Amino acid sequence: MSGHEAVRTDPPVLEMRGITKKFSGVTALDGVRLSVRAGEIHAVCGENGAGKSTLMKVLSGVYPYGSYAGEIHFDGARCAFRDVRAGERRGIVIVHQELALVPCLSVAENIFLGNERARRGVIGRYETLRQASALLARVGLAEDPRSRVADLGVGKQQLVEIAKALAKDVRLLILDEPTAALNDADSEHLLELVGRLRDQGVACVLISHKLGEIRRVADTVTVLRDGRTIGTFAVRDRPGAAPSVPEERIIRAMVGRDLDHRFPPRTRYAGPDSGAPALAVERWTVRHPVDHRRKVVDGASLHVRRGEIVGLAGLVGAGRTELAMSVFGRSYGRYAGGAVRLGGRPVVLRTVPQAVAHGLAYVTEDRKTYGLNLLDTVHRNVSLAALSGLARRGVVDRHAERRAAEELRTSLGIRSRTVFEAVGRLSGGNQQKVLLGKWLLAGPEVLILDEPTRGVDVGAKYEIHAVIGQLAARGKAVLLISSELPELLGLCDRLYTMAAGRVTGELPRARASQEALMRLMTAEPPRPDGPPATRPSPTDES
Amino acid sequence: MTTAVQPSADHPAGPPSGGGPGPSAAAVLLAAVRGNLRQYGMVIALAAIVVLFQIWTGGALLLPNNVSNIVQQNSYILILAMGMMIVIVAGHIDLSVGSLAAFTGAVAAVLMVQQHLHWLPALLLCLLIGAAAGAWQGFWIAYVGIPSFIVTLAGMLLFRGATQIVLAGQSLSPFPGPFQDLAQGFLPEAGPYTRYHNPSLLIGLVVVAGLLLRERRDRRRRAAHGLEVLPRSLWLAKCAAITAAVTVFTLTLASYHGVPVVLLIMCALLLGLGFVMRDAVVGRHVYALGGNRAAARLSGVRDGRVTFLVFVTMGVLAALAGCVYAARLNAGTPQAGINFELEAIAAAFIGGASMSGGIGTVFGAVIGALVLGVLNNGMSLVGIGTDHQQVIKGLVLLAAVGFDVWNKRRTGT
Repeated sequence: MSGHEAVRTDPPVLEMRGITKKFSGVTALDGVRLSVRAGEIHAVCGENGAGKSTLMKVLSGVYPYGSYAGEIHFDGARCAFRDVRAGERRGIVIVHQELALVPCLSVAENIFLGNERARRGVIGRYETLRQASALLARVGLAEDPRSRVADLGVGKQQLVEIAKALAKDVRLLILDEPTAALNDADSEHLLELVGRLRDQGVACVLISHKLGEIRRVADTVTVLRDGRTIGTFAVRDRPGAAPSVPEERIIRAMVGRDLDHRFPPRTRYAGPDSGAPALAVERWTVRHPVDHRRKVVDGASLHVRRGEIVGLAGLVGAGRTELAMSVFGRSYGRYAGGAVRLGGRPVVLRTVPQAVAHGLAYVTEDRKTYGLNLLDTVHRNVSLAALSGLARRGVVDRHAERRAAEELRTSLGIRSRTVFEAVGRLSGGNQQKVLLGKWLLAGPEVLILDEPTRGVDVGAKYEIHAVIGQLAARGKAVLLISSELPELLGLCDRLYTMAAGRVTGELPRARASQEALMRLMTAEPPRPDGPPATRPSPTDES
Repeated sequence: MTTAVQPSADHPAGPPSGGGPGPSAAAVLLAAVRGNLRQYGMVIALAAIVVLFQIWTGGALLLPNNVSNIVQQNSYILILAMGMMIVIVAGHIDLSVGSLAAFTGAVAAVLMVQQHLHWLPALLLCLLIGAAAGAWQGFWIAYVGIPSFIVTLAGMLLFRGATQIVLAGQSLSPFPGPFQDLAQGFLPEAGPYTRYHNPSLLIGLVVVAGLLLRERRDRRRRAAHGLEVLPRSLWLAKCAAITAAVTVFTLTLASYHGVPVVLLIMCALLLGLGFVMRDAVVGRHVYALGGNRAAARLSGVRDGRVTFLVFVTMGVLAALAGCVYAARLNAGTPQAGINFELEAIAAAFIGGASMSGGIGTVFGAVIGALVLGVLNNGMSLVGIGTDHQQVIKGLVLLAAVGFDVWNKRRTGT
């Protein structure tokens, strides 16, 4: 990797050395190095949870000096930012993945938010508008600075964010997955702009999953994995040249987690209907709940058989959770086409109760927001989705409820003092087991498990893996969404990959490897149905 | 986060069963109270307030006629507070209950005083109107998605105006006698002359027996499931305290006119609503929605239907409270029910509701309403003016909720 580096001779404008950051004992960054030269676009990539966003938050001052170990030098001086504003005064500006614009304020007001063109506390309206117009011209956005941000599309909002950064005399621009929410045309425009800014002397750190994008615009790429710097590669030998680093090399650096985790032994389901179709999703399309022009899931098809564990791999923004939630009673976004079959029969699942009644369960990735009532007890959390089965004439049979909860506590190994303990007091792993238990109690035939081991310690992880195996052994169909490739490879019979809302590949376990999956996960899928900003089709509902 | 696995200083696990050499009774009591601070806290506070004013008024507070008075004076707030608790648990608020109570009281007056309708169909019609009003508000909240604060604020204006229209700005009276008894009447006497009101003694006996049986059943079940129970001596003391409290209350009422009719209504509501909230599927769904709406929806809880039902219930209770208030006043007036909603909301929060929903019990609402009621009555007896009363009630509300917030932060939930 050093062979390429010798070509560039510009001195580094940013040096981060030995950056270590821990969250209550868990190491998120472990001695990370990052060195960015003046006037270059430096891509940072890695799997979900590799530590990219954490590193950028350290750099920009979101995590104040002292909350991490290591040194940051910018422009020859040591940095010790107390907050984001201190970083911005030095010219380091971060544009977060979730846009930080106030929708009801105008473009100009947003550009100078917290940085107002004011004299003695009174804002100069004309000065603001004049400077905003100049900044908008610089980012190539032909909009009236007085228009409301809410009326702009996501692509234009992203440009407003960059204009906002430029208003702070940015010298190092950090973009956290800027194109994740954009369509092709808007992405193209944004990347061109970043290139222009580089030519004007603004260095840029670009966090991205898209290898094609990195190879197109970046000069250098640093790969993180599990909170460590794996390597820094020059993407091209000189500015403007064709990319010289092979994609394979980046992919190999991104994956390559050890595969020697133990997985519980699997027992195959041997029922008469083994291998019969359980869940089939056909050409499923979902539009964004607010931005209706955007397809979050685009014509996705997949199927799961009885007794089978099927993995669904993808990076953040691939649309896996959105697909799952939309299929589960249209709990996300706007349905825009597609069909579901359960047990071979076509079904229409418009509401969650319908989905549950048809034997479908969705175990959310976000247990605190979408999964559990943290105020309530273990036994009332696990019974919630199965209450009608535990009740007679609308009255809950409290004995049956407690018995069911106790059985789950034993079989899943939920470590709580009693089933009457508040779920909010349990550890993450035990909360995850409660969430899983809630859906086991509902007695589904098909389970969609969304990141079932996220934020869970090794022991609990093994236990959850064992439960997943037992479900398949009893003939249930499991669709497993996970960001951990070793977990998918260790558990699944078959794997799908998604990228940018589309299913980009299907592999049997025997042909799957971390590299093969990552290649499909970082692919930019073709969009055969014309420009992405199509009008909502007539099948669109509600 | 792993403190859940082992009992810690914050959460001492009680001894597995009663008896045996263990920590001292006082320590266990302290631990039990600390573990359920919110549950016990307000009951203890209520008892303390009662004792305080009993001393301060030189015994006037618990005189038989005053106890009847407290019950009747606060009946309508109590009824509203029970409904308000359910609304707040569901994660909503209802500002319209005072106006709605006034409106139904006015309709009751028009039906009985002007139209000379029999009191029973008139009462049922009023409850139906309450249900319809609740359904109207519930529709906008549950199915259209307008925040309950806005919908019920509109309802507050709307029903207040409707009251004035119905009454044409006048007060209407008098109500027929049986209707007045709803708020002012007592159970009829029966049997031979004793120094006490016989049916009331019987009711007291039944209540004591019922409570003790429930205590025993609960203790046995907890023990059978290996849950912590109070040591036997403490449990007996608790049973004795329950018996003593109910007996004294019963004897006090029985030595005056007996059990007020409205007390029976309130007890029926407490039992019924308490049962629904604790044991019925729909009650469970109310807690689930208030605790985490997104999670409840993704678990198949029908948000719209449950929310709608909650507001229909609140409407019926507001109508009942309005009729009770009109009966007590013996008039339908345009000024009825002003600030009732605020008193009911205050009672619910004093009784342990959480602003964000998902927490609170119907019993807690009753305790909260009684705290306010006893404060009102006691302060009036010792001659504190209504101006100062307002200040004190405001501080009590702030203290109760402040204590709650502090307690939550302390235990880290």
